[in-house]
Amino acid sequence: MADESLFDFLHMEIVAHVYKEQQSSKGEMDNKDRAVCISVLEGMGFRVGQGLIERLTRDSPSFKDELDIMKFICKDFWTKVFRRQVDNLRTNHQGTYVLQDNKFVLLTQMSSGKQYLDQAPKYLAFSCGVVRGALSNLGLESVVTAEVSAMPSCKFQVVIQKL
Amino acid sequence: MSRQSNRTTDSKKMNSELFTLTYGALVTQLCKDYENDEEVNKQLDKMGYNIGVRLIEDFLARSSIGRCQDFRETADVIAKVAFKMYLGITPSVTNWSPAGDEFSLILESNPLVDFVELPDNHSTLIYSNLLCGVLRGALEMVQMAVDVKFAQDTLRGDSVTEIRMKFIKRIEENLPAGDE
Repeated sequence: MADESLFDFLHMEIVAHVYKEQQSSKGEMDNKDRAVCISVLEGMGFRVGQGLIERLTRDSPSFKDELDIMKFICKDFWTKVFRRQVDNLRTNHQGTYVLQDNKFVLLTQMSSGKQYLDQAPKYLAFSCGVVRGALSNLGLESVVTAEVSAMPSCKFQVVIQKL
Repeated sequence: MSRQSNRTTDSKKMNSELFTLTYGALVTQLCKDYENDEEVNKQLDKMGYNIGVRLIEDFLARSSIGRCQDFRETADVIAKVAFKMYLGITPSVTNWSPAGDEFSLILESNPLVDFVELPDNHSTLIYSNLLCGVLRGALEMVQMAVDVKFAQDTLRGDSVTEIRMKFIKRIEENLPAGDE
Protein backbone atom coordinates (compact mmCIF):
# COMPACT_ATOMS: atom_id res chain seq x y z
CA MET A 1 0.00 0.00 0.00
CA ALA A 2 1.29 3.39 -0.90
CA ASP A 3 1.00 6.35 1.37
CA GLU A 4 -1.19 9.28 0.49
CA SER A 5 1.34 12.00 1.07
CA LEU A 6 3.58 10.34 -1.50
CA PHE A 7 0.79 10.63 -4.04
CA ASP A 8 0.09 14.23 -3.09
CA PHE A 9 3.73 15.17 -3.62
CA LEU A 10 3.90 13.24 -6.87
CA HIS A 11 0.80 14.99 -8.12
CA MET A 12 2.27 18.40 -7.27
CA GLU A 13 5.47 17.54 -9.12
CA ILE A 14 3.53 16.39 -12.16
CA VAL A 15 1.56 19.64 -12.28
CA ALA A 16 4.73 21.67 -11.83
CA HIS A 17 6.51 19.69 -14.53
CA VAL A 18 3.77 20.06 -17.11
CA TYR A 19 3.58 23.80 -16.57
CA LYS A 20 7.34 24.24 -16.64
CA GLU A 21 7.62 22.23 -19.82
CA GLN A 22 5.07 24.43 -21.56
CA GLN A 23 6.61 27.61 -20.24
CA SER A 24 10.19 26.85 -21.17
CA SER A 25 9.29 26.21 -24.78
CA LYS A 26 7.43 29.49 -25.10
CA GLY A 27 8.76 31.93 -22.53
CA GLU A 28 5.55 33.63 -21.53
CA MET A 29 2.32 31.74 -21.06
CA ASP A 30 -0.97 32.86 -22.45
CA ASN A 31 -4.43 31.36 -22.07
CA LYS A 32 -3.85 28.97 -24.92
CA ASP A 33 -0.73 27.54 -23.28
CA ARG A 34 -2.62 27.09 -20.05
CA ALA A 35 -5.30 25.21 -21.94
CA VAL A 36 -2.59 22.93 -23.34
CA CYS A 37 -1.28 22.22 -19.85
CA ILE A 38 -4.75 21.45 -18.58
CA SER A 39 -5.36 19.11 -21.46
CA VAL A 40 -2.05 17.30 -20.94
CA LEU A 41 -2.87 16.77 -17.27
CA GLU A 42 -6.38 15.72 -18.15
CA GLY A 43 -5.05 13.23 -20.64
CA MET A 44 -2.75 11.69 -18.06
CA GLY A 45 -5.66 11.41 -15.65
CA PHE A 46 -7.82 9.84 -18.33
CA ARG A 47 -5.42 6.97 -18.80
CA VAL A 48 -5.17 6.46 -15.04
CA GLY A 49 -8.96 6.46 -14.70
CA GLN A 50 -9.26 3.85 -17.40
CA GLY A 51 -6.80 1.59 -15.65
CA LEU A 52 -8.31 2.10 -12.22
CA ILE A 53 -11.85 1.28 -13.22
CA GLU A 54 -10.74 -2.01 -14.71
CA ARG A 55 -9.29 -2.98 -11.36
CA LEU A 56 -12.11 -1.63 -9.24
CA THR A 57 -15.03 -3.17 -11.12
CA ARG A 58 -13.48 -6.61 -11.29
CA ASP A 59 -15.86 -8.03 -8.67
CA SER A 60 -18.83 -5.74 -9.01
CA PRO A 61 -22.06 -6.73 -10.76
CA SER A 62 -22.90 -5.03 -14.02
CA PHE A 63 -24.70 -1.75 -13.93
CA LYS A 64 -28.40 -1.22 -14.66
CA ASP A 65 -28.25 2.22 -16.17
CA GLU A 66 -26.42 5.51 -16.30
CA LEU A 67 -27.57 6.59 -12.84
CA ASP A 68 -26.38 3.31 -11.42
CA ILE A 69 -22.93 3.98 -12.88
CA MET A 70 -22.88 7.48 -11.46
CA LYS A 71 -23.81 6.17 -8.03
CA PHE A 72 -20.95 3.72 -8.24
CA ILE A 73 -18.59 6.55 -9.16
CA CYS A 74 -19.79 8.66 -6.24
CA LYS A 75 -19.57 5.90 -3.65
CA ASP A 76 -17.13 3.11 -4.39
CA PHE A 77 -14.89 4.81 -6.90
CA TRP A 78 -14.59 8.07 -5.00
CA THR A 79 -13.87 6.21 -1.76
CA LYS A 80 -11.11 4.16 -3.34
CA VAL A 81 -9.52 7.02 -5.23
CA PHE A 82 -10.22 10.19 -3.28
CA ARG A 83 -10.71 8.50 0.12
CA ARG A 84 -14.19 9.78 0.86
CA GLN A 85 -17.66 9.69 -0.67
CA VAL A 86 -19.08 12.44 -2.80
CA ASP A 87 -21.18 14.62 -0.52
CA ASN A 88 -23.86 15.50 -2.97
CA LEU A 89 -24.94 14.20 -6.38
CA ARG A 90 -27.37 16.13 -8.50
CA THR A 91 -28.68 15.50 -11.94
CA ASN A 92 -31.11 17.03 -14.39
CA HIS A 93 -31.93 13.53 -15.70
CA GLN A 94 -30.70 14.56 -19.11
CA GLY A 95 -27.15 13.46 -18.81
CA THR A 96 -25.74 16.24 -16.66
CA TYR A 97 -24.49 15.40 -13.19
CA VAL A 98 -22.95 17.57 -10.53
CA LEU A 99 -20.80 15.85 -7.96
CA GLN A 100 -19.98 17.93 -4.97
CA ASP A 101 -17.11 17.07 -2.66
CA ASN A 102 -16.89 19.41 0.32
CA LYS A 103 -13.38 18.37 1.24
CA PHE A 104 -11.65 17.41 -1.96
CA VAL A 105 -8.50 15.56 -1.10
CA LEU A 106 -6.09 17.40 -3.40
CA LEU A 107 -7.25 20.80 -2.19
CA THR A 108 -7.34 20.28 1.57
CA GLN A 109 -3.64 20.96 2.04
CA MET A 110 -3.74 24.08 -0.04
CA SER A 111 -6.13 26.48 1.58
CA SER A 112 -9.50 26.81 3.17
CA GLY A 113 -11.18 29.79 1.69
CA LYS A 114 -10.40 31.89 -1.33
CA GLN A 115 -6.64 32.13 -1.10
CA TYR A 116 -4.87 30.57 -4.12
CA LEU A 117 -8.24 30.13 -5.82
CA ASP A 118 -6.69 31.06 -9.16
CA GLN A 119 -4.31 28.10 -8.83
CA ALA A 120 -7.08 25.56 -8.27
CA PRO A 121 -7.78 24.60 -11.92
CA LYS A 122 -4.34 23.12 -12.47
CA TYR A 123 -4.68 20.90 -9.45
CA LEU A 124 -8.05 19.59 -10.60
CA ALA A 125 -7.37 18.81 -14.26
CA PHE A 126 -5.80 15.45 -13.48
CA SER A 127 -8.75 14.39 -11.33
CA CYS A 128 -11.24 15.45 -13.99
CA GLY A 129 -9.36 13.17 -16.37
CA VAL A 130 -9.48 10.30 -13.90
CA VAL A 131 -13.26 10.58 -13.65
CA ARG A 132 -13.67 10.88 -17.41
CA GLY A 133 -11.41 7.90 -18.00
CA ALA A 134 -13.36 5.80 -15.53
CA LEU A 135 -16.67 6.69 -17.16
CA SER A 136 -15.23 6.07 -20.58
CA ASN A 137 -14.34 2.50 -19.73
CA LEU A 138 -17.84 2.02 -18.36
CA GLY A 139 -19.20 2.99 -21.75
CA LEU A 140 -20.06 6.61 -21.10
CA GLU A 141 -18.33 9.30 -23.14
CA SER A 142 -18.39 12.51 -21.16
CA VAL A 143 -16.96 15.94 -20.55
CA VAL A 144 -15.84 16.53 -16.99
CA THR A 145 -15.07 19.96 -15.61
CA ALA A 146 -14.41 21.18 -12.10
CA GLU A 147 -15.46 24.33 -10.39
CA VAL A 148 -14.28 25.75 -7.09
CA SER A 149 -15.78 28.70 -5.31
CA ALA A 150 -14.02 28.22 -1.99
CA MET A 151 -11.40 25.60 -1.20
CA PRO A 152 -11.40 22.78 -0.30
CA SER A 153 -14.93 22.35 -1.63
CA CYS A 154 -15.21 21.39 -5.26
CA LYS A 155 -17.95 20.64 -7.77
CA PHE A 156 -17.36 18.31 -10.68
CA GLN A 157 -19.72 18.64 -13.56
CA VAL A 158 -20.16 15.59 -15.74
CA VAL A 159 -21.94 15.98 -19.05
CA ILE A 160 -22.61 12.67 -20.74
CA GLN A 161 -22.24 12.83 -24.49
CA LYS A 162 -25.12 11.16 -26.25
CA LEU A 163 -24.06 9.37 -29.39
CA MET B 1 5.90 1.02 19.89
CA SER B 2 4.68 -0.77 16.81
CA ARG B 3 1.04 -0.27 17.70
CA GLN B 4 1.38 3.42 18.03
CA SER B 5 3.22 3.85 14.77
CA ASN B 6 0.87 1.52 12.95
CA ARG B 7 -2.07 3.61 13.84
CA THR B 8 -0.61 6.80 12.49
CA THR B 9 0.50 5.22 9.26
CA ASP B 10 -2.62 3.17 8.60
CA SER B 11 -4.87 6.17 8.71
CA LYS B 12 -3.14 7.61 5.69
CA LYS B 13 -3.13 4.56 3.47
CA MET B 14 -4.43 5.00 -0.02
CA ASN B 15 -5.15 3.05 -3.13
CA SER B 16 -1.70 2.08 -4.35
CA GLU B 17 -3.00 1.36 -7.82
CA LEU B 18 -3.78 5.04 -8.18
CA PHE B 19 -0.20 5.81 -7.26
CA THR B 20 1.28 3.17 -9.56
CA LEU B 21 -0.86 4.18 -12.52
CA THR B 22 -0.22 7.87 -11.96
CA TYR B 23 3.49 7.26 -11.89
CA GLY B 24 3.13 5.29 -15.10
CA ALA B 25 1.28 8.17 -16.71
CA LEU B 26 4.09 10.48 -15.68
CA VAL B 27 6.81 8.29 -17.18
CA THR B 28 4.78 7.94 -20.37
CA GLN B 29 4.42 11.70 -20.58
CA LEU B 30 8.13 12.25 -19.99
CA CYS B 31 8.95 9.80 -22.75
CA LYS B 32 6.80 11.92 -25.05
CA ASP B 33 8.33 15.18 -23.85
CA TYR B 34 11.95 14.14 -24.20
CA GLU B 35 13.77 12.50 -26.99
CA ASN B 36 16.06 10.16 -25.17
CA ASP B 37 15.89 7.96 -22.11
CA GLU B 38 18.85 9.71 -20.50
CA GLU B 39 16.89 12.92 -20.30
CA VAL B 40 13.85 11.10 -18.89
CA ASN B 41 16.03 9.48 -16.22
CA LYS B 42 17.39 12.89 -15.32
CA GLN B 43 13.94 14.44 -15.07
CA LEU B 44 12.64 11.62 -12.90
CA ASP B 45 15.59 12.04 -10.59
CA LYS B 46 15.02 15.78 -10.39
CA MET B 47 11.33 15.40 -9.63
CA GLY B 48 12.17 12.77 -7.04
CA TYR B 49 14.62 15.16 -5.45
CA ASN B 50 11.93 17.82 -5.17
CA ILE B 51 9.65 15.28 -3.54
CA GLY B 52 12.36 14.04 -1.21
CA VAL B 53 13.22 17.42 0.25
CA ARG B 54 9.59 17.82 1.27
CA LEU B 55 8.85 14.22 2.11
CA ILE B 56 11.55 14.19 4.78
CA GLU B 57 9.57 16.67 6.87
CA ASP B 58 6.49 14.51 6.69
CA PHE B 59 8.59 11.51 7.58
CA LEU B 60 10.34 13.05 10.58
CA ALA B 61 7.10 14.46 11.91
CA ARG B 62 5.27 11.16 11.68
CA SER B 63 7.96 8.69 12.64
CA SER B 64 9.44 10.62 15.57
CA ILE B 65 12.88 9.34 14.64
CA GLY B 66 15.84 11.42 15.71
CA ARG B 67 19.23 11.93 14.16
CA CYS B 68 21.01 8.79 13.02
CA GLN B 69 24.34 7.98 14.65
CA ASP B 70 25.92 6.33 11.65
CA PHE B 71 25.25 5.21 8.10
CA ARG B 72 24.20 1.74 9.24
CA GLU B 73 21.43 3.17 11.30
CA THR B 74 20.40 5.37 8.37
CA ALA B 75 20.19 2.28 6.19
CA ASP B 76 17.97 0.56 8.73
CA VAL B 77 15.64 3.51 9.06
CA ILE B 78 15.31 3.84 5.30
CA ALA B 79 14.56 0.18 4.73
CA LYS B 80 12.47 -0.67 7.77
CA VAL B 81 10.64 2.56 8.50
CA ALA B 82 10.59 4.85 5.47
CA PHE B 83 10.02 2.27 2.72
CA LYS B 84 7.47 0.57 4.92
CA MET B 85 5.63 3.78 5.61
CA TYR B 86 5.48 5.11 2.08
CA LEU B 87 5.49 2.09 -0.19
CA GLY B 88 4.47 -0.71 2.15
CA ILE B 89 7.55 -2.80 1.45
CA THR B 90 10.67 -3.59 3.46
CA PRO B 91 13.77 -3.94 1.30
CA SER B 92 16.69 -5.87 2.70
CA VAL B 93 19.98 -4.13 3.39
CA THR B 94 23.02 -5.98 2.07
CA ASN B 95 26.42 -5.73 0.38
CA TRP B 96 28.06 -3.38 2.84
CA SER B 97 31.37 -2.04 1.68
CA PRO B 98 34.25 -2.73 4.10
CA ALA B 99 34.40 0.95 5.02
CA GLY B 100 30.71 0.95 5.86
CA ASP B 101 29.95 3.84 3.54
CA GLU B 102 28.13 1.92 0.84
CA PHE B 103 25.23 -0.53 0.86
CA SER B 104 22.48 -1.97 -1.31
CA LEU B 105 18.74 -2.03 -0.89
CA ILE B 106 17.24 -5.15 -2.42
CA LEU B 107 13.61 -4.75 -3.37
CA GLU B 108 11.67 -7.98 -3.64
CA SER B 109 8.74 -6.18 -5.15
CA ASN B 110 8.63 -2.66 -6.45
CA PRO B 111 5.17 -1.08 -6.21
CA LEU B 112 6.07 1.46 -8.89
CA VAL B 113 6.38 -1.20 -11.59
CA ASP B 114 3.26 -3.25 -10.85
CA PHE B 115 1.70 -3.19 -14.31
CA VAL B 116 4.75 -2.25 -16.29
CA GLU B 117 6.56 -3.75 -19.22
CA LEU B 118 9.37 -1.85 -20.87
CA PRO B 119 9.22 -1.71 -24.65
CA ASP B 120 12.40 -2.68 -26.50
CA ASN B 121 13.22 0.84 -27.61
CA HIS B 122 13.52 2.06 -24.03
CA SER B 123 16.26 -0.25 -22.87
CA THR B 124 18.20 2.48 -21.09
CA LEU B 125 15.20 3.92 -19.26
CA ILE B 126 15.50 3.61 -15.49
CA TYR B 127 11.81 3.39 -14.85
CA SER B 128 11.84 3.90 -11.08
CA ASN B 129 14.56 6.53 -11.08
CA LEU B 130 12.27 8.83 -9.11
CA LEU B 131 13.14 6.78 -6.03
CA CYS B 132 16.81 7.70 -6.31
CA GLY B 133 15.93 11.36 -6.34
CA VAL B 134 13.63 10.98 -3.37
CA LEU B 135 16.33 9.27 -1.30
CA ARG B 136 18.98 11.78 -2.30
CA GLY B 137 16.74 14.79 -1.58
CA ALA B 138 15.50 13.49 1.73
CA LEU B 139 18.98 12.63 3.03
CA GLU B 140 20.36 15.96 1.89
CA MET B 141 17.88 17.66 4.21
CA VAL B 142 19.39 15.76 7.13
CA GLN B 143 22.90 16.84 6.16
CA MET B 144 23.96 13.75 4.28
CA ALA B 145 25.23 13.89 0.74
CA VAL B 146 24.57 10.48 -0.76
CA ASP B 147 24.93 9.00 -4.20
CA VAL B 148 21.96 6.82 -5.15
CA LYS B 149 21.52 4.70 -8.24
CA PHE B 150 19.89 1.57 -9.56
CA ALA B 151 22.40 -1.25 -9.86
CA GLN B 152 19.89 -3.87 -10.97
CA ASP B 153 16.30 -3.70 -12.14
CA THR B 154 13.84 -6.54 -12.70
CA LEU B 155 12.27 -4.52 -15.51
CA ARG B 156 15.49 -4.86 -17.44
CA GLY B 157 15.84 -8.56 -16.89
CA ASP B 158 17.78 -8.68 -13.63
CA SER B 159 16.62 -11.13 -11.00
CA VAL B 160 16.18 -8.50 -8.30
CA THR B 161 15.89 -4.75 -8.03
CA GLU B 162 18.89 -3.23 -6.31
CA ILE B 163 19.42 0.36 -5.25
CA ARG B 164 23.03 1.18 -4.43
CA MET B 165 23.63 3.97 -1.93
CA LYS B 166 27.00 5.54 -1.29
CA PHE B 167 27.72 8.01 1.47
CA ILE B 168 29.73 10.95 0.13
CA LYS B 169 30.04 13.41 2.98
CA ARG B 170 28.32 15.10 5.83
CA ILE B 171 27.01 18.49 4.82
CA GLU B 172 28.15 21.29 7.10
CA GLU B 173 25.35 23.16 8.77
CA ASN B 174 24.85 26.93 8.60
CA LEU B 175 25.91 26.93 4.97
CA PRO B 176 22.86 26.72 2.74
CA ALA B 177 23.74 26.15 -0.91
CA GLY B 178 24.36 29.35 -2.82
CA ASP B 179 24.67 31.44 0.32
CA GLU B 180 28.00 33.16 0.73
